[in-house]
Order: sequence, then structure tokens, then C-alpha cells
Amino acid sequence: MKVILQKKRFDPGKLINEFQNKLENAGAMVNFVGIVRNNHKFNLVKLHIEHYPEMTKKSLEEIQLISKKRWHLKDSLIIHRYGNLNINEPIMMVITAADHRLEAFNAAEFLMDYLKSRAPFWKKEFTDDGSVWVSSTESDENSLNRW
Amino acid sequence: MIKILYFSWVRERLGVSEQLIDTNATNIGELIDELKSKDEKYKLTFDDLSLIKIAANQKLVDVRHPLKEVTEVAFFPPMTGG
Repeated sequence: MKVILQKKRFDPGKLINEFQNKLENAGAMVNFVGIVRNNHKFNLVKLHIEHYPEMTKKSLEEIQLISKKRWHLKDSLIIHRYGNLNINEPIMMVITAADHRLEAFNAAEFLMDYLKSRAPFWKKEFTDDGSVWVSSTESDENSLNRW
Repeated sequence: MIKILYFSWVRERLGVSEQLIDTNATNIGELIDELKSKDEKYKLTFDDLSLIKIAANQKLVDVRHPLKEVTEVAFFPPMTGG
């Protein structure tokens, strides 16, 4: 299990291959990649991500451990960037591996839901008009209830 | 002494990212009241606590959380990672 926090861009394909090469006897692997998309006005210049370094890794490792126990994961990876990101660049990725696909899918969704509402990251959009902090949505918070 | 950290628009509104303070507060709620009594900026920022999340020693807590054994408190808006 691994948590990576970094400023620089990562290559999802490379990480998936490295992750899979280390697996032993897992029947399923699921990955999710979050990507910087343009805003509704199509004037996004860049996305800035701030985080709370002392807490970020701790909180991600905690949810990773919970998911490992609950879905008997063979392995998992969470990578999340901070700093300045451009449109179309990957923001973050989770990979989960388990005996069967249901465990791997559920664990990946659980990790995503918890990461969105519980890991201390904040997005700020820089546009042609200025900058604005992205607001959290009620649906993000509500999606935790299903777990 | 307690280290207080501020993130995102909370940091921007207060114009400070971290500070060390001596406090008599016994829980987070009292600490917030102390901060609010110091300065109008704090009063406005902490006016609606439904907009603010709190971490004590890097764990999410609420305003009732005691400050005993807490060395670091952080205030920030709901997270928007992922």
C-alpha cells in the first residue's frame, strides 16, 4: 500500500503497469484517474491545489488501511498532486487490487468518496476573470453515507 | 502554546497561515471565541461555523473537542480534493 503526494505530473499508465507487475495472485484491479477539466465558462487558466501536508498523508493512509481490511485488498495506491495543474493533466489516481472485481470496485469508490470529503485538499480555479476557491458539494458529503 | 494553522479562504481572509498562541481555552469552541474577541477579521471569518472544518493534531474534530494534549489546531473550509 502506498500514498504518494507530489507536485509534478505523473503518468497513469506507467503507475498502473508498475502496480500490476508487483501483484501476486490478484484477480481484479480497478483504477480511477481524476483529470483537470475546464469550467463551465471555458476560461480556466490553471487549477491550484493547496493541502495540509502534516494531515494529508495521515488521513489517506488511514482510509487506505480501512479499505484494505474491509475488502481484503491485495494492494492499493493513492497518488494526489498539489500546486499548479493545467487542463487535461491528471490530478489524482487510486488503484485497488483484490481477488474479485466487486471488492476492487467498491474499495476504489470508497477511497474516492472519503478522499473527496476527508482528505485536506482545496482547489482554487484561476480564470481569465480572477480566481475562486471551489466549493464542496452536498452530494460529496452525502456519498459517504452509503459506506 | 498552541500552533494554529489556516488553509484556503480562511487563510486568505485572515491574512495569516500559522500562528503560535498562548490560550486559556479548554476546548476548540473557547479557542474560537478567544480568537473572535481579538480582531474583527476573526469575528467575521468564524461567524458561520458551518463553513469551517476543524482538525486537532491532524484529526477532524468538532468545537467540543478538548484542548488538553492538543499541540496543533487547523481551521479550513470543507475539503475539495479528488
